[in-house]
Amino acid sequence: MTTTTASPVAKPAAPAGYGSMKQDRIWALRWSYFFLILFVIFFLTPPIYMLITSLKTSREISSLHNPWWVYNPTLENYVELITSPQFQTFFINSALVSVIVVSTTMLIAIPAAFALSRMKFWGSATLATGVFLTYLIPETLLFIPLFKMMAVFNDITGISLINRWWVNLILYPTLTVPFCTWIMIGYFASIPKELDEAAIIDGATWMQTLTRIFIPVALPGLIAATIFAFTVSWAQFLYPLAFTTSTDQLVLPVGIITSLIKGDIFNWGQIMTGALLGAAPPLIIYAFLMDYYIAGLTAGATKG
Amino acid sequence: MAEVSIRKVVKKYDEVLAVRGIDLDIKDQEFVVLVGPSGCGKTTTLRMIAGLEDITDGEILIGQDVVNDVPPKDRDIAMVFQNYALYPHMTVHENMSFGLRLKKFPKAEINARVTEAARILDITELLDRKPKQLSGGQRQRVAMGRAIVRNPKVFLFDEPLSNLDAKLRVQMRIEIKKVHQKVRTTTVYVTHDQVEAMTLADRVVVMNHGIIEQVGTPQELYHAPRTRFVAGFIGSPAMNFIPCRLEGGASGGASIVVGDALRMPLPPERAKRYEASKAVGQGQLLLGLRPEHLTEARGQGGAGVIPFDARIDVTEPMGMETFVYFEMAGAQVCGRVNPNAGATDGGPLKMAADLNNMHLIDDASGRVL
Amino acid sequence: MADVVAPAGASVATRRRPGGMNRWLQRRSTMAFLMTLPLIVLIIVLVIYPAIYALHLATLNKKMTQFVGLGNFTFLFTRETFWMVVQQSCIFALTAVFFKAVIGFIVAHLVHNVPNDKQRKWRGMLLIPWVIPPAMSTLAWLWLFDPSHSAFNWLLAHVGIGPIPWIGDANWARFSVILVNVWIGAPFFMIMYLAALKSVPEQLYEAAKIDGATWWQTMRFVTLPMMRNIIAITALFSTIVTFANFDIVRVLTRGDPLDKTHVFATWAFRVGIEGGDIPLGASVSLFMVPILTVAAIFILRDINRRGNEA
Repeated sequence: MTTTTASPVAKPAAPAGYGSMKQDRIWALRWSYFFLILFVIFFLTPPIYMLITSLKTSREISSLHNPWWVYNPTLENYVELITSPQFQTFFINSALVSVIVVSTTMLIAIPAAFALSRMKFWGSATLATGVFLTYLIPETLLFIPLFKMMAVFNDITGISLINRWWVNLILYPTLTVPFCTWIMIGYFASIPKELDEAAIIDGATWMQTLTRIFIPVALPGLIAATIFAFTVSWAQFLYPLAFTTSTDQLVLPVGIITSLIKGDIFNWGQIMTGALLGAAPPLIIYAFLMDYYIAGLTAGATKG
Repeated sequence: MAEVSIRKVVKKYDEVLAVRGIDLDIKDQEFVVLVGPSGCGKTTTLRMIAGLEDITDGEILIGQDVVNDVPPKDRDIAMVFQNYALYPHMTVHENMSFGLRLKKFPKAEINARVTEAARILDITELLDRKPKQLSGGQRQRVAMGRAIVRNPKVFLFDEPLSNLDAKLRVQMRIEIKKVHQKVRTTTVYVTHDQVEAMTLADRVVVMNHGIIEQVGTPQELYHAPRTRFVAGFIGSPAMNFIPCRLEGGASGGASIVVGDALRMPLPPERAKRYEASKAVGQGQLLLGLRPEHLTEARGQGGAGVIPFDARIDVTEPMGMETFVYFEMAGAQVCGRVNPNAGATDGGPLKMAADLNNMHLIDDASGRVL
Repeated sequence: MADVVAPAGASVATRRRPGGMNRWLQRRSTMAFLMTLPLIVLIIVLVIYPAIYALHLATLNKKMTQFVGLGNFTFLFTRETFWMVVQQSCIFALTAVFFKAVIGFIVAHLVHNVPNDKQRKWRGMLLIPWVIPPAMSTLAWLWLFDPSHSAFNWLLAHVGIGPIPWIGDANWARFSVILVNVWIGAPFFMIMYLAALKSVPEQLYEAAKIDGATWWQTMRFVTLPMMRNIIAITALFSTIVTFANFDIVRVLTRGDPLDKTHVFATWAFRVGIEGGDIPLGASVSLFMVPILTVAAIFILRDINRRGNEA
């Protein structure tokens, strides 16, 4: 956009007019940056304050110094939490639940999405819409009947599902599978029809078409869906809060809140450290796979 | 390699008839082009041969076998798609060998076939690239390569050139013809472009509204169309259709009467033919004349070349020739004149109609008499 | 495209022969059914059945031994807390969605103004609240709102504003839960709106400029109509999620002070799980259904419209 200087015979008025427009644009940009910085401060204050607090001793936290500054930084809180067997249990429970839920979600969602987007059969269109509606049903509507169902199941079979960490393996897929199926339907639908016809003529079976053509071609969508399933599993709070109570069965978010907050005694240094460690896995994934993460977010509202 | 037979084939989508009972015999090694406007059933027919659509009624044979109930992969066919349908995550080599790998061919055999096909298509240096890194023409070649390595009984092409620009299309047309001359596999080729059909085909099949209008060599279709649809569809610019009457002359020779004023005596051989068909005196007739048979009047003309006066509406200079548009009996008509004939927009021009190459069409039935 | 012609008068006998092709097609639909079976089972057992079961539960007495019909609902109607929850849920959801949409819209435009190569970095920072598990980030807010050590109050004290009872006072607490919800949700709106902004063809803006449209006219006649569908879908999505929100209220206030900040989900949890009255809890949560249904219908309509446009 520096063409004005390149033109030696520019009329006197032209550069001035162009210049003022350029000036306008520069100011618009400056204001944009100014407000963006304000919003970034608003959006990043809580996580940064988590970090600040996590580096303080409890003495400093309860002092009346400037809370926004760390005078004696220490990793004490981190060391204490990471070496605590209880916290380790929370972390392992969370990791196990998330990994297993992500795997089962993909095993259910991918074949279903393939069948729904490509192999038209009786009721397939209704089912696709049904999947989407299921995704709109919040867990807050289902947790009470599910809780009672588990109790009834226990009465009938004698197998207690409540207060077992693996009960989450049954519950979380209600949140992850419908959404993942839905966005995979979108990604699969965007693959040209000719591609599977070419594969059929090449002699591929449906399974081969799925594993050797569709999955590789829709890999970005698959990654987006996997990230979604993981972050939802990791962040889920209501189900484990309602269904598990013993400290050795809790997942991280619930564990931090119920075990680190004891009555009225808040050990804020440890709570913030725990919260930060609990937020770390999704944040790390986000940092490395931001584009897939965002693709998955925006795909939910579009029909592929 | 094999012949393909289509017998009374019907295709119905719900209540819509896409193909209404067609018969066609394609000889071994023949290059047949199905051509017609969109919605004529040509693609459906091709997809039924491929097995991508099931057949509502009738039979399709490849070689000696009825393939109605044979899934696509067992029909021994290969298909080239309009958008190439290359697997985007595979290299050219992997794309071409995918079918063979699925059939568990030995590695050496696969490599030999891919190398040979790549040599025929001149894409040897592209074998390690992904489709994304290829131009349109190169993708087209790879798509053909994928068909060739399979060494199938029949090649099926579904509008393979319509995604290419005009220049590349001409080039690839020649390429396809060359490949067919080398491998001589029976080929069924679908296009909506009559120029492609004329240039590629051994025989052209013109389809319209789910039926076959005419089958013949390009020359036959051009010079002896059997229906008004074929006459109008083949050739560019299209044939002119001028409303007319046929009147018996006092001296025995019949004449074509266009509008009120223009009476054009028929050459004797045509007159005999039309009198035999009893078209004389019927009102609903169309005079079919191609633009090259409506030229500027040259000297005395010859037998059956009838001069008349026209007022030109628009001229289109093409360089080698000039197209002129004018009106005859309410129909817009295109003529093809010498650039030096003095045609001007809005100006008068002495034109001549060559009735030796005319067609007379019954307007009601659409048949060429 | 498939070649399809106008219906013909001629009737065609459709004979079906058993054979490989048909078997192949049949196998295909059997296979498709098998591939979707786990999904179908999951939806029926863990979503549809519980939803219907909730209706059944809502008609039982506390010990679940007796059918009481609409007894739980009539009981709820007599409770002042219930009406407070209804009011708070609506205020919470509507205000939060509104501010999320407005802030998301503004921030999306700000990011869109920045040169393309720098947008990624800004977008990356601005989406962080959405990425952190809500229960964890709400803990940070809880600490920022701490009655005796609030870092906000420390700052405000410097400008002479007295300590604000962020979560101690009912109205402030209502404000605080909305603030946290907006903080978590606005980045999602920002991402959606940014995607919508990017999908508006540049030529339209150029055409508007040539037509002499002002900034406001461009916004009114080009940007907003082009984004209309995404704006609607995002807002409806968010309405469902916000209305059914649990984590923020649960961690920040647990419904306190005096149940003034309870929404349906947290109150249902309090009554149903903690209070042991499952039928009453189920009845409370069922009150979310009408609003969710309306939002879902509109989303479905808008999404189908989008699908048809594409």
